[in-house]
Amino acid sequence: MPTELLVFYLFAAVAVAASLRVVLGRNAMHSVLLLIVSFAALAGLYITLDSPFAAVIQIIIYAGAIMVLFLFVVMLLNAHKEEDYVTSGAPAMKKPLYMGAVLAVVLAAELVWALVRTGGAQDGMLAGGAAPDAAAIGSVRELGRLLFTDYAFAFEVTSILIIVAMVGAVVLAKREL
Amino acid sequence: MVSLEHYLVLSAILFATGTIGVFLRRNVITMLLSIEVMLNAVNLAFIAFGRTIGSADGQVIMFFVVTVAAAEAAVGLALVIALFRHRETLNPDMFTSLKW
Repeated sequence: MPTELLVFYLFAAVAVAASLRVVLGRNAMHSVLLLIVSFAALAGLYITLDSPFAAVIQIIIYAGAIMVLFLFVVMLLNAHKEEDYVTSGAPAMKKPLYMGAVLAVVLAAELVWALVRTGGAQDGMLAGGAAPDAAAIGSVRELGRLLFTDYAFAFEVTSILIIVAMVGAVVLAKREL
Repeated sequence: MVSLEHYLVLSAILFATGTIGVFLRRNVITMLLSIEVMLNAVNLAFIAFGRTIGSADGQVIMFFVVTVAAAEAAVGLALVIALFRHRETLNPDMFTSLKW
């Protein structure tokens, strides 16, 4: 088996296993820490996709900043343990929950079908053209150029979004709501 | 060679994992974590597609998704804290004041 494929399967297995454990685990603290493991595996996959900048912001912003915020709230609320929904919720709630899981599996099958179909079309389109230039798409220079030319408007709107989020968080966290 | 399909299937599996979390869990914080899993699955699909068509657009969109995720986490966690202060629980089934 070629090394590339081996690396892909290694990172993919870590990402899926950690994500499943995040979703199914009973301890919120473990969920947050395992989500960081999943993000690290995804960062590895981004490097195999010639996107080192994406990998770096995945680690610094996601694992470093957002997850610390989650960890902080879990510890602040002392909410490590979840009440078991089977015992705390009404018995009538149990069935819809399992239905939800079944629907999620159906959604996965649908997504695989739709994405692979689109992906196949893309591969066919690419076959005639030149292979993508790894150095061109991976460079931070190219990303910065795109961000401040083609995506300049979206970039500015993002700053408004962040201001709104900051004000909203401050207002919501005030003592009297 | 790892093909685009490999990444897309992985992305779909991760997205469905996040969906299962939102459906099955009775803890607001874990539901927010499941949403982060879903956002990351979408990021992976964007970057894989961008790599395949040979443009950096996928990475730029991933950058915006990360920004939105940060804003969502800040507001979502502030809501969780406000809810916990009023109800002393994180179980979304207990937040039924607006239920008719």
